[in-house]
Amino acid sequence: MPQLLKVEHLSAVFETSQGVIRAVDGADLELQKGETLGIVGESGCGKSALALSIMRLLPSPPGRIVSGSVFFAGRDLLLLGSEEMRRVRGRDISMIFQEPMTSLNPVLRVGDQIAEVTRLHRQESKRESRDHAVEMLHLVGIPDPEKRVRDYPHQLSGGMRQRIMIAMAMACNPRLLIADEPTTALDVTIQAQILDLIERLKSENEMSVILITHNLGIVADTAQQAVVMYAGWVVEKAPVRELFSSPLHPYTKGLMRSLPRPERDYDRSALLPVIPGGVPDLYLLPPGCRFQDRCGRVMKLCRQREPSLLEVSHGHAVRCWLYHPETQADQPAGAPGRAERGYEAGLNGHHHG
Amino acid sequence: MDNRNPSGHSNKGEALLEVIGAKKIFTVQREIFSREPIRIHALNGVSLTLFKGETLGLVGESGCGKSTLGRLIMHLEKPTEGRILFGGQDILAYGRQELKGYFRRVQLIFQDPQASLNPRKTAGDAIGEPLIIHRVMHGEEIRERVSVLLETVGLAKDSIDRYPHEFSGGQRQRIGIARALALQPELIIADEPVSALDVSVQAQILNLLKELQQSFGLTYLFITHDLAVVRHMSDRIAVMYLGRIVELAENRELYSRPLHPYTRVLFAAIPGLYPGKPHRRILREDPAARFTTSAGCPFYPRCPERIDPCKDSNPELRERLPGHFVACHLDIGQHPVQ
Repeated sequence: MPQLLKVEHLSAVFETSQGVIRAVDGADLELQKGETLGIVGESGCGKSALALSIMRLLPSPPGRIVSGSVFFAGRDLLLLGSEEMRRVRGRDISMIFQEPMTSLNPVLRVGDQIAEVTRLHRQESKRESRDHAVEMLHLVGIPDPEKRVRDYPHQLSGGMRQRIMIAMAMACNPRLLIADEPTTALDVTIQAQILDLIERLKSENEMSVILITHNLGIVADTAQQAVVMYAGWVVEKAPVRELFSSPLHPYTKGLMRSLPRPERDYDRSALLPVIPGGVPDLYLLPPGCRFQDRCGRVMKLCRQREPSLLEVSHGHAVRCWLYHPETQADQPAGAPGRAERGYEAGLNGHHHG
Repeated sequence: MDNRNPSGHSNKGEALLEVIGAKKIFTVQREIFSREPIRIHALNGVSLTLFKGETLGLVGESGCGKSTLGRLIMHLEKPTEGRILFGGQDILAYGRQELKGYFRRVQLIFQDPQASLNPRKTAGDAIGEPLIIHRVMHGEEIRERVSVLLETVGLAKDSIDRYPHEFSGGQRQRIGIARALALQPELIIADEPVSALDVSVQAQILNLLKELQQSFGLTYLFITHDLAVVRHMSDRIAVMYLGRIVELAENRELYSRPLHPYTRVLFAAIPGLYPGKPHRRILREDPAARFTTSAGCPFYPRCPERIDPCKDSNPELRERLPGHFVACHLDIGQHPVQ
């Protein structure tokens, strides 16, 4: 499959009165045509800052992209003029956000807001763009589209508003849709509808999707590739199946273990294996690995030097000294992550056993 | 005590709290010129029993009435109809003094510790406040008790003089829990206690809640929208939809044999941790008919398995299998096996 997006060593900082935060630090990722890439991480891990950097929408100041490149269909977006970049946004790359109410204009009819997109990017006439808006509402499964185009955002439910956002984002048939926590504010049944809608639109339009979420389940459900972020770093990157069957980074492993699992039988006294501590303060990052204080397998080296993101098998990269050739000599034979494959094994044991 | 109250739970153990036929109607003036205010049935006839020492999970989507039920039990709202019995006594008939006693025995843990803690009060003040209000301790005694509570919830002793903004979200939730524990309550209503927390911190708080239950014999009403969390935490689970309990059963029973179509749709909508799992079941519509009260089943407009009677008659919550209550017209045999 041809590559659509390649992000290389992208770094973005926030410069505030309290200091400089390296919100995105040397991020690498690739996205093929027609694929969904899930970016997963907790608050402050930099997943939204990464997406905004790709769109060049990082609020500046305090945000600033300091280095790296974002190749989209062969062109480095970071080198485009602002006028050119504006044409890319909305036409080639669209973005939807967690809370549609903050992205929709409350005093404009939703139909007009969708029509504006195609008038601007496709030079459609008023009439054309109006019909187009109705067609878009129909496409995203809003009943009675002719009537709904005349609604204001407050007249619609949260799920419907998110559909409007998607209709807006899809109006110019973009090649890449970036969805930042698109279902976090929604109920599970509505979440399922929205995820299905994105999936359907993706396959009908040969679109690629970057799905940003804190929910590992959503990544497992919808993505083909996954990136795990922690404190501004990409700490692991793998095809989704591989990530869930053999996670390597101690953070990824810990995160997966600490989740209550809907398929696991109830045991009143069962406690969850936890990752101790909390997400580090980005102003006070220690030298070395950013996960060191919460890691059960921390070594001396981890407190001294930053690990780099290293490919350990085809398409599977991890940012951890445990897997680094320099430290492999200290480890028993075989990569330690492989030896601990137990995650999925244990899971299946529960399921089929 | 008769355990077969209207909610019909033929369960072991002693009932601590009973909600009997609770209704809560909010009236809203929606259109400026319309004469009739809109009546929203936030709770539409809910009955349930909490047994001593158990965790009852209350699960449902936004607007289903689960938080309203929690507020009624906390005496923060009065039901439009129905009764709430605590240890057999009607809390709505309580006088001032009895009510104060009730507030010592029932405590609430909130979703957002950021919003529920006063930013100008130290952790020690926040945790010690209930002790002052209820005049159970004085001076140095309070400080001692607060240190013990801090330790109980896993916070460092020096937290006592620190302010909420100095803590992380998980630590703030620990403060909220310590405050709820201060008066040694019997019943804790936890309303989405981990929803605002980071994934890696959620597990810590869930573990803490389980450990505290073990140590202090607490009874929990655990309110959440998260079906994985509710399964991990609850002995029994009640599923709510538009102001009604549509299904109630023991944890294992519910997850192995969900009977109500809504419960099954909910379960199918949980994003699983298996890439490539079979696909979600999708509901056709939004719950648009939310604020109207028709004679039929409230789930009728969205139900994938609806049959004729569902349109005009609202099914009662009935015990269809031992300990397994369902409000649905379908026969047990008609429920497809999952």
